[in-house]
Amino acid sequence: MTDRLRDLYQQIILDHNRSPRNRGRLEHANRHAEGSNPLCGDKMSLELKVDDGIITDVRFEGSGCAISQASASLMTSAVKGKSVAEAEALFRAFRSMVTAPATAPIDKDVLGKLAAFGGVRQFPARVKCANLSWHTLHAALGETDDPVTTEQEGAG
Amino acid sequence: MGMVHELTAVPRSDFDVERVRLDFPILQQVHHGRSLVYLDNAATSQKPRQVIDAVTRYYETENANIHRGVYRLSAEATLAYEHVRAATQQFLRAADLHEIVFVRGTTEAINLVAQSFVRPRIGPGDEVLISHMEHHSNIVPWQIVAEQTGATLRVIPMTDDGELDLDALPPLLTDRTKFVSIVHISNSLGTVNPVKDITAMAHDRGIPILIDGAQAAPHMPIDVCSIGCDFYAVSGHKMFGPTGIGALYGLAEHLEAMPPYHGGGEMIRSVSFDGTTYAPPPAKFEAGTPNIAGTIGLGASLDYLRKLDWTALQRHEADLRDYATEALLDVPGLRIVGNAASKAAVISFVMQGVHPHDIGTILDQREVAIRAGHHCTQPVMDRLGIPATARASFAFYNTRDDVDRLVEAVREVRGVFGP
Repeated sequence: MTDRLRDLYQQIILDHNRSPRNRGRLEHANRHAEGSNPLCGDKMSLELKVDDGIITDVRFEGSGCAISQASASLMTSAVKGKSVAEAEALFRAFRSMVTAPATAPIDKDVLGKLAAFGGVRQFPARVKCANLSWHTLHAALGETDDPVTTEQEGAG
Repeated sequence: MGMVHELTAVPRSDFDVERVRLDFPILQQVHHGRSLVYLDNAATSQKPRQVIDAVTRYYETENANIHRGVYRLSAEATLAYEHVRAATQQFLRAADLHEIVFVRGTTEAINLVAQSFVRPRIGPGDEVLISHMEHHSNIVPWQIVAEQTGATLRVIPMTDDGELDLDALPPLLTDRTKFVSIVHISNSLGTVNPVKDITAMAHDRGIPILIDGAQAAPHMPIDVCSIGCDFYAVSGHKMFGPTGIGALYGLAEHLEAMPPYHGGGEMIRSVSFDGTTYAPPPAKFEAGTPNIAGTIGLGASLDYLRKLDWTALQRHEADLRDYATEALLDVPGLRIVGNAASKAAVISFVMQGVHPHDIGTILDQREVAIRAGHHCTQPVMDRLGIPATARASFAFYNTRDDVDRLVEAVREVRGVFGP
């Protein structure tokens, strides 16, 4: 395997792809958004329970590549229990990381396990896969009901 | 060993693939120490030096607008452009030169027929018949016409193996059916459809038919008179020519009866504010300055194809298909999607536990270019219950070595994702 592939398919990503966390429907959800990348066929449905500004539970359903599935799994794990403001800050940090040049430093203190997705920066065609669940989260936390797509988003 | 082997040595392919490969500059390039294995020919084909040179030469020494100038360059450009029409007529074995309309590609050809031929002839209650394995470009133009006219789109079903269910066809051809539009070779599954039989069945009911030949023309001899179809559409860029140029074959009597598709220069006989009379076909359908350079390039690709031994070429592509099919089926957890009895060298596959995009990325690291996705045939994916496939599609310049590189890379996918 090349180093670039090892950077992309890190063990934690392969693990979350194989055994995704927080998968399924959420009863009593009060926030919801749909995301899709029509050219890829990636689909994502995200449901959240937000009480007093805190994300108390979150689930996703959908299908897609290893990067998009692992991203949804790790995203839901990262934002559960966080405030809406904290989740939005993570969204911005994640988006900045995956769209930065491949040599840019990664703030592991802020991103934690999410830093594993730094490898997609070497694969411009795959940035949209990593981003989809985060943009869907951003839509669910905002007021928009518009379906989300990250297909127009490049790596820069 | 209980098997008796044929003793006569039969060459697996007498097509001189190493010689033709030298004509394709892109196949000579080396990236990160690896040569390119290009297996996305169903999306677009690579271009031989002869095509690239023809386009360059046109711009360097022959460029002028056509059908209007009185000076030497314009007259020569016009001659060159119309010469390609004759070459296209011969390539498709059309009866008449005026039955060849230059368009941007198969998509535009289908839209032209939908709007100029079919739309004026149908209304509420009428039906257009397509099949379940059409490319989006042979679905959406008919949905647009259906919306405009109140007509209905009907679909010939597909079997699990990816063949058209021809038993279901006769009841779908009714008095309401006003047009049939069918793909010759499926871009996502490789299925070769019996278009001559389907045309005969449609014509028995007096129904005109279009054949989408985008995937067929680069891989098999086409004879529109033998097929008997009313329209046939091809794309230059899939036939080793430039992008942005293609051809529509249409029966002369249809083209003469059809209203223009686009209005503008080049397609008129005379214009006044009281009214305009149109040029006869094909000029009637070629409004505006056409893609002259693309047409010259298409001419070079047709010239190139004409000189190849097509019997050997087809044997070579069949060998690649069979060799790749066998080798891929040997990879654990790999399943081939589309197992038609008559199949082109297009192999769609899925792997247990791995999404096709991840396959595509891993193969790309080994400089093996395939397509991953729905291949603009979402109804095919829905019918087969899969979101996407990985697809290797071959052309005559591919080799068994290319297949070996493909299979080696596919085995690495298992290495990354585990058994």
